[in-house]
Amino acid sequence: MKLFRFSSPATFYPLAGKMIPWFAVLAAVTFLVGLYWGFFETPDRLGGTNPQKEYYRIIFIHVPAAWMSMWIYLVLAAYSAIGLVFNTRLSFMMANAAAPTGALFTFLALWTGAFWGRPSWGTWWDWDPRLTSELILFFLYVGYLALHSAIDDSRRADKASALLAIVGLVMIPVIFWSINCPDPNQCAALHQRSSMSNMEPNILWSMLIMTFALWMYSFAAIFMRIRGIILEREADTTWVRELVVAGQR
Amino acid sequence: MMDAFFSQGGYAFYVWSSYGMALILLVLELVQLRRRRRTILARLGRLMRTRADRGNK
Repeated sequence: MKLFRFSSPATFYPLAGKMIPWFAVLAAVTFLVGLYWGFFETPDRLGGTNPQKEYYRIIFIHVPAAWMSMWIYLVLAAYSAIGLVFNTRLSFMMANAAAPTGALFTFLALWTGAFWGRPSWGTWWDWDPRLTSELILFFLYVGYLALHSAIDDSRRADKASALLAIVGLVMIPVIFWSINCPDPNQCAALHQRSSMSNMEPNILWSMLIMTFALWMYSFAAIFMRIRGIILEREADTTWVRELVVAGQR
Repeated sequence: MMDAFFSQGGYAFYVWSSYGMALILLVLELVQLRRRRRTILARLGRLMRTRADRGNK
């Protein structure tokens, strides 16, 4: 079937190679647009019932990074599930390639959150439901990577860590609803509720463009990583041998 | 205008610490990915050459 054509590492390797520059260019352009818009075309205060001063500009990296941390986890868990069900090598490699970038964004969301929390709440850290669940997500990424590298046989490592990724999926709705719970009295959270409806349009657009930029960056980084993983794991195949001998990488 | 940009209304430390960390992490990831790719290719190249040598003897 044509759909499965690109699920072979030998076909995906050159395809990913061709796509990396496009994602990189798109990421660079949208980063510049998003940052310019976010820093120069937005008001000095974040409106609403709790107006925040200029440090709210952390929003343009904080919110996109936090979103990416959850989306990449969904990608990681989805590829893990596909790999377990259909036993496709490329799916596990994809999950593996996504994890470090996801961990990076989770750390970034926590870090930028601390630098936002300090001026607005007076504290770097609080065991607030959202902060705590995001921290657990970070540990899940680290656990996934640690488990994978702890098992020598790569096929067994794939399966074991895929299972961990799927079990860890329970954290995504927890993070999502940790502040948007139906009854606000039930969960007293320091973290603001997230709602895009009453945001100033310039702030919203810069944030969305930065999110797009981080997506493009993630594609580029994950594809670069998966190409390395493919080469390592397929080192014994004819096509990799021909590729290395011919020098056309 | 540039002063206002760098001082961020007195919150320069918080804003630039956030964006600085973002920049450092993304650049480090890209550098690490490139370096890893070169290492893998070099290792595969060596592997292929030793195999070829063995084949000729």
